[in-house]
Amino acid sequence: MSAPVVGTDVPRVDGLEKVTGAAKYTADLKFPRLLHVAVVRSPHPHARVLDVRTDRAARMPGVRAVASGRDFPLHTGIYLKDQTVFATDRVRFVGDPVAAVAAETPELAAEAAAQVHVEYEPLPPIFDVEEGFAEGAPLVHPDLGSYEVVPWIRPKAGTNVCNHLKIRKGDYASALKGSWKVFENVFRVPQVQHVPMEPHVSVARVDLAGKVEVHSSAQSPFTVRHLLAHCFGLPHGDVRVHVPYVGGGFGGKAGINLEPIAVALAMRCRGRWVRLMVDRHEEFFATVVRQGLTATLVTGVDRHGKVQAQKMHYLWNCGGYGGYGVNIVRSAGYTCGGAYEFPNVEGDSIGVYTNRPVGSAYRGFGMQEIHWALEQQMDRVAVELGIDPAEFRLKNCLGAGKSTVTGQLLDEHAGRVDLCIRNVAKAIGFEPDRERTPYRGKGIACAVKAPAMPNDAASSVILKFAEDATLEILISGIDYGQGLMTVVAQFASEALDLPVEKIRVKGCPDTDLSPYDWQTVASRQTWATGNAVFRAASEIRGKLCATAAEALSVPAEELSLRGGAVVHEATGRALPFERLVMGYQFPDGHAIGGPVAAASSYLPEGLLFLDPETSQSAKPVAKWTFGAQAVSIAVDPETGQVTVEKVAACYDVGKVVNPALIKGQTYGGIVQGLGTGTMEELVLDPKTGRAVNASLMDYKIPSTEDVPAEMAVDFVETAQKDGPMGARGIGEHTMIPTPAAIANALWDACGIRISEMPITAEKVWRALKAKERAERGAKAAGEARVPAGTVA
Amino acid sequence: MKKTITLDVNGVAETAEVEVGQTLLRFLRDGLDLTGTKEGCNEGECGSCMVLLDGRPVNSCLVLAVEADGRSVTTVEGLSREGVLHPLQKAFLSQAAVQCGFCTPGMVVSAAALLRENPEPTEDDVKKALAGNLCRCTGYKQIVDAVRDAAAAMRAGAVAGGEAGKPAEREEVPA
Repeated sequence: MSAPVVGTDVPRVDGLEKVTGAAKYTADLKFPRLLHVAVVRSPHPHARVLDVRTDRAARMPGVRAVASGRDFPLHTGIYLKDQTVFATDRVRFVGDPVAAVAAETPELAAEAAAQVHVEYEPLPPIFDVEEGFAEGAPLVHPDLGSYEVVPWIRPKAGTNVCNHLKIRKGDYASALKGSWKVFENVFRVPQVQHVPMEPHVSVARVDLAGKVEVHSSAQSPFTVRHLLAHCFGLPHGDVRVHVPYVGGGFGGKAGINLEPIAVALAMRCRGRWVRLMVDRHEEFFATVVRQGLTATLVTGVDRHGKVQAQKMHYLWNCGGYGGYGVNIVRSAGYTCGGAYEFPNVEGDSIGVYTNRPVGSAYRGFGMQEIHWALEQQMDRVAVELGIDPAEFRLKNCLGAGKSTVTGQLLDEHAGRVDLCIRNVAKAIGFEPDRERTPYRGKGIACAVKAPAMPNDAASSVILKFAEDATLEILISGIDYGQGLMTVVAQFASEALDLPVEKIRVKGCPDTDLSPYDWQTVASRQTWATGNAVFRAASEIRGKLCATAAEALSVPAEELSLRGGAVVHEATGRALPFERLVMGYQFPDGHAIGGPVAAASSYLPEGLLFLDPETSQSAKPVAKWTFGAQAVSIAVDPETGQVTVEKVAACYDVGKVVNPALIKGQTYGGIVQGLGTGTMEELVLDPKTGRAVNASLMDYKIPSTEDVPAEMAVDFVETAQKDGPMGARGIGEHTMIPTPAAIANALWDACGIRISEMPITAEKVWRALKAKERAERGAKAAGEARVPAGTVA
Repeated sequence: MKKTITLDVNGVAETAEVEVGQTLLRFLRDGLDLTGTKEGCNEGECGSCMVLLDGRPVNSCLVLAVEADGRSVTTVEGLSREGVLHPLQKAFLSQAAVQCGFCTPGMVVSAAALLRENPEPTEDDVKKALAGNLCRCTGYKQIVDAVRDAAAAMRAGAVAGGEAGKPAEREEVPA
């Protein structure tokens, strides 16, 4: 056995292509006589569509195809099929596609799109989630009851609720009555945008034989194929989806996005390639965004500082369509208690349609949002009880022998949030008796997340050899930065004792040729594809050894693999892979074996549905990844500006496969978390429903100048039983606790709480002013106790 | 309206007829198939389209192709030469400074401009020079580390007079 490869800083296998500019992304591909698309989008947040007239646009020079809702009335959506390619009878957000034009140039397409006449009858819009949830609210989807939906998502016909998951564990009402102290708080999270550096783009052609071919910046080639086939009534074999390199996704390119519009137009100009590329402006509101959240938490504690009763009411602002978002609602339901053991729980996670942009997957899949609430709530309770916040978390956190909100009993392989809490507390200097400096503070927050996916979500791989014994690995997981291709090469290298240099991972899938993969989401690829790689490698090993055994006339079980050769230790004889992978030829000329290849797959084992009434389940998810972050901040009392000086992060990842890559994931998550935590919010004009900050000038994401001066990153390795070499997912988890940790540090620094994300300088300044006023008032009244300034 | 332009792109003289309203970004990508230069926002905010124009970093989405007439342009494709990487490209690989890779060409180009002006940048110098290049994946730390690493390698190379320190950018490019 050669030196281990897993656990070392193997450089990215796709790095050379990316640093030289050789890597091709969808918009870099060249197509002959490419047509360009302009989409006609609703200017109204909510309206009836009375008429769409496209005849004038269709007659314009250079226009090759026009399509609208009446041409393509079929529904699509990954879990809840609530969306058509184009709005048919109703538009549900500003930007909802109504029609589209394909023309010879982008300018001609835009001119023609402007000539499409749409007659609307405006309806009262709903932007606020509580308004949408209220009884008698105008319905965004009056036909909700007739939509096709997977059995584990529960829309409520006649309301705006597109999913509702209930958690009932123990006896919440009695436990609350018996509590020593009770705390209730409301927290809010606005919609934010993913802002991948590469905007969404899809290219499609329908050839003269009717076969559909798509190139798309997507996280899920097979799900795109599946949903296109469903939406257009085609056999899957007649739809081919390619995904080249992807310039960031963060969930925004999961499921299906622009593809149906491009295909609809391509159907009307067969033989021509049609490209739909949204610009940065449209990217902000016309592609999917993160859902908003209003969370109401009630916590009842006993005299020992142990939470006995916990109520969580999550109202999700899903926007105009909930095809994907309904599963975030579900995931937030069965994870509603975060990293804590709550014996008596009343949890409700409710998705509500509104007339805002469409909510969908976003790195963390609802977890950053609920942790914003939970982790601030835990902090408030700790402070009120006079218990150190780290200690309070340790007292209540999950671990071996504890049970989650669904009643799942965790075992010793589940991951150690306690070690993560201790680790970051130490790294940030979170001692209870630490020295205090005005306007400087420290805060801590935990994180947990499971892969939110159907119970049968699978990944598969194909391993085959080239003539020179280079191992080629076909995967359909997308490496959009997280390092999947490299990790796959490391696993195969480890399993076959073959140098990484002799491995090529084919990471840009083509659904005609590549093995099936459900989606690249849920931080599931290292784990699921990784497991499939080990299974396939085992088969490869068997084939190589069988041929070598015959060639060397030794028993196969005495053979081992070393450095690209099959070796018989006892005699020192060896056959390099080169002499085996295409078949072995004996000196007399006869050959055995044959081209060596293997295909294998991985499907999570033993997952059980949630009880429909209580959501209790012994194994609702495949695995949990726990972690914690702690931050130290400085607040400028004059401006309210918060500077995050240091972030410490620690996660129990089971196994660090590639230290350099996992650090990169963590730094990236921290800074993205800092963005949503302190800077980002997609703002709509309350009258028109239009996004007012839909540009990188007005919607700031972190730049080099916003990065904390220090990021200390560490990992715990409690092996995941069903993980490849013990590894579990980490990609999304890295951004979950950052905003809450900053919010908690803000209290520590200056005694204010911001309960609505993001923590902007303005909100901090206002809270400081409110606190000053309150203090002055208290002083005047001669009171000793100072109420905390709190800003919604 | 069209105009004929002649310019040096990565050391190659190119002559082309372009629409006067066409951006340098469009010309490089569509006209010359130099797709390493990316379009991220088309409004000069993200830095994905950064190229060197006469050695200075510019967002090529904000420059017209006709403005590059008679001048020299270096794109990411011009930083490596016949497979030999620029020290920055090597450092981006060794420091794991690449994730999705979409911002990488612009980052490397901006950093090349910095190191030309300032061979020994501090962490703050690097952050300032790259503040116009947005990245959503990396959290920037490994990028900043890579630039400083490359600077050190180039200084060491310059002292040793070896190949390692020699940037692959064209020396004949007027500053």
